[in-house]
Amino acid sequence: MSDSTSAVIEPGALESLVAALRDRGYRVVGPQVRDRAIVYDDLAGADDLPIGWGDAQGPGSYRLHRRADEARFGFAASPQSWKQFLFPPRVRLWSARREGNEIAFEDEEPPSRPLALIGVRGCDLRAIQVQDRVFLDGPQVDADYAGRRRGLFVVAVNCTEPAATCFCTSSGSGPEAWSGADLVLTELFEPEHELLVEARTQEGEDVLAELPRRSARFGERAAARKALRDAAERIERRVDLEGLPEVLAARVESPRWQSIAERCLACGNCTLVCPTCFCSAVEDTTDLAGGAAERSRRWASCFGLDHSYIHGGSVRASGAARYRQWLTHKFGTWEEQFGVQGCVGCGRCIAWCPVGIDVTEELDLLRREEEEVVHADA
Amino acid sequence: MTALAEPLPAVAELTPRPFRVAEVAQETADTWTLTLDPVSGEPLDVRPGQFTMLYAFGVGEVPISVSGCGYRLVQTIRAVGPVSRALCGTAPGRHVGVRGAYGNAWPVEAAVGGDLVIVAGGIGLAPLRGALMHAIEHRGHYREVVLLYGARTPLDLLYKNELRELAARDDLQVDVTVDVADLGWHGKVGVVPQLIEAAEFDPARATALVVGPEVMMRYTLEALSDRGVPDESVYVSLERNMQCGVGICGHCQLGPTLICRDGPVYSAAEAAPLMAVHEL
Amino acid sequence: MQTLDALLRESPVFQDLDDAMLDVIAGCGSNVHFFPGETLFREGEQADVFYLVRHGVVALETFVPARGSTLIETIQGGDVIGWSWIVRPYRWHFDGRATAPVRATVFDGKCLRDKCEADPALGYAITQAFARVAVQRLQWTRRRLLDVYGDDGAR
Repeated sequence: MSDSTSAVIEPGALESLVAALRDRGYRVVGPQVRDRAIVYDDLAGADDLPIGWGDAQGPGSYRLHRRADEARFGFAASPQSWKQFLFPPRVRLWSARREGNEIAFEDEEPPSRPLALIGVRGCDLRAIQVQDRVFLDGPQVDADYAGRRRGLFVVAVNCTEPAATCFCTSSGSGPEAWSGADLVLTELFEPEHELLVEARTQEGEDVLAELPRRSARFGERAAARKALRDAAERIERRVDLEGLPEVLAARVESPRWQSIAERCLACGNCTLVCPTCFCSAVEDTTDLAGGAAERSRRWASCFGLDHSYIHGGSVRASGAARYRQWLTHKFGTWEEQFGVQGCVGCGRCIAWCPVGIDVTEELDLLRREEEEVVHADA
Repeated sequence: MTALAEPLPAVAELTPRPFRVAEVAQETADTWTLTLDPVSGEPLDVRPGQFTMLYAFGVGEVPISVSGCGYRLVQTIRAVGPVSRALCGTAPGRHVGVRGAYGNAWPVEAAVGGDLVIVAGGIGLAPLRGALMHAIEHRGHYREVVLLYGARTPLDLLYKNELRELAARDDLQVDVTVDVADLGWHGKVGVVPQLIEAAEFDPARATALVVGPEVMMRYTLEALSDRGVPDESVYVSLERNMQCGVGICGHCQLGPTLICRDGPVYSAAEAAPLMAVHEL
Repeated sequence: MQTLDALLRESPVFQDLDDAMLDVIAGCGSNVHFFPGETLFREGEQADVFYLVRHGVVALETFVPARGSTLIETIQGGDVIGWSWIVRPYRWHFDGRATAPVRATVFDGKCLRDKCEADPALGYAITQAFARVAVQRLQWTRRRLLDVYGDDGAR
């Protein structure tokens, strides 16, 4: 790695990073503390970062706590993901006017100001690539997503402290954040609190060149590698993705769905926090006079009864059917539809499920159930 | 981040095009057929089996199958909700919005040289009308052409005048039945699948196209299979909640398939296992 | 506890069969029970058995998307369910589900079919018995179609 592609910066230099990106015309967004959680929002400056904050997560549990140090990125997956910027919760698609017998439609232009994301972890980086498949790789491209995605600048962060809910190693999407980033940061604490910065694209190199920095020493690069290896080892949860779509298809009538449904509230939290969930619903509105109308797209969840509504009823009326739809889509049929696994192992659905349903546990039980059935038939 | 592949491949058309209602014909107490012409630009090249997303100004949008074939957009709509009621109530000369046509088409080419059997229940005849018209236009391509159609009552039959004309032709087999009739009805009373046994066609050389309520399609598939028509030669049109029509809203999923993108026409070999799972 | 033979003798379905024939049928039977909500058979599945319901209620249903499981008819104690086992293509046409605790006897239809092939007299008697069940159910279903309570019978 040459000097132009990696360097070490002091935490204070992050201010220059934000400024450099802003000067290039980017809208800069990154993590901040708000309402006792880490959220993603516009970054006024590097002081807005969650300095010295860490998190502890478990099934149905998320808590922030003060760290002993001043880590800038000392936390794992937050309740929000970056999809709120590329695939916003509400977007106007078009507006229309009616004059007499005629209707005139007007397209909505997506914003032209490019986005810079600071603090994207490996799981979320993979999630962006998964959503790229959905919105950009089909027979039809979503213009709004393409517009927001164009010129995206990503400052990724290597995870050195995974949460108990994380399982990125199972989907090969972490803890290292690599493919698709412009800059990758690894926060080191020994011997000094500094960040190793690695540029992965030409633009990343150009931005790095504007920051106060020094060359990385071999020891620092080695320390970063070691921190990543340690992080991978600390990950507790696992999902065996091998042949999982076939297992889920075979378990479509399993009694397990009903037993999950006895706990699941169908609240849809999992779909809200999931960085790859992309279901949307359409809302048509009109003004009181009936002369102007518009259509918006808003986030929707397959847990809603209206989601499968047709002919006076919902196809998936029971909670069991709706939970089955979510899990078998995410880990099974998604792959057939988009050519890539739907889950990135961020663990948000486990932390933010009010009753603490753990997908890694449920998938393991379903796989074992299938193995028993196959065994019995043999 | 990795750059987008520019120029972008086909951008999804999410904004409707204005179309003028040219004609409105009432079929039954709650069903109308609209003929639509584009206000500007090219007419749609619609293939039977496909659907469009029809927009009633300020009310909303619904997926409606196309009922014609070729360049004129003909769509039969059942008024069951605010959007469909508004569409059916649109006077000639006024505009509606149209997106599409989306989806895949009936495999009328695959049936060439053999027998074409069309089985329709209720409003299910609407998506099949275009295939029937195509078969009549290319009558020489097929041996037997059979239409088996049923509705709840005689008043609920669609395209009544056309049906009379078709029944009078000696190069078509047309058999119609109703579930419930009054004494004025001199035709058959029974369910559509019951008509399959008596229809004259060779199961080994037949292609069947089936549309109706999903339960009726299940029973029809069973009756066709009992008669010896292989599942690969039977096609159905499936339906689920649809919002975008272009594969990105996630609503129309049925197991692994997206009906707007991979369907709505499916072979029974593919569809029957999906239809057999409750609440899929 | 009644023997299977005694049960069969009491059932109106098998009233025209002699003791020897009842013995053959009883030989193909075994006791089963179902909890409320349990499924006995599913539409489309291979029909190789039939049930004589001793106690409880079995609902004949079909699943209609967006409407759910729709009740067609109920079968109570003393009645037989399933004649699909004796006519090709030997496939269940509806779902059968216990709606109350069910105690029933399940009969191996495949075994009986083979026995009927070997003994035409037995075959004829059993086919007659089940034909009568089917005809009765059909006539009552046709009468149900009249919908006598709807709109005072007016259409």
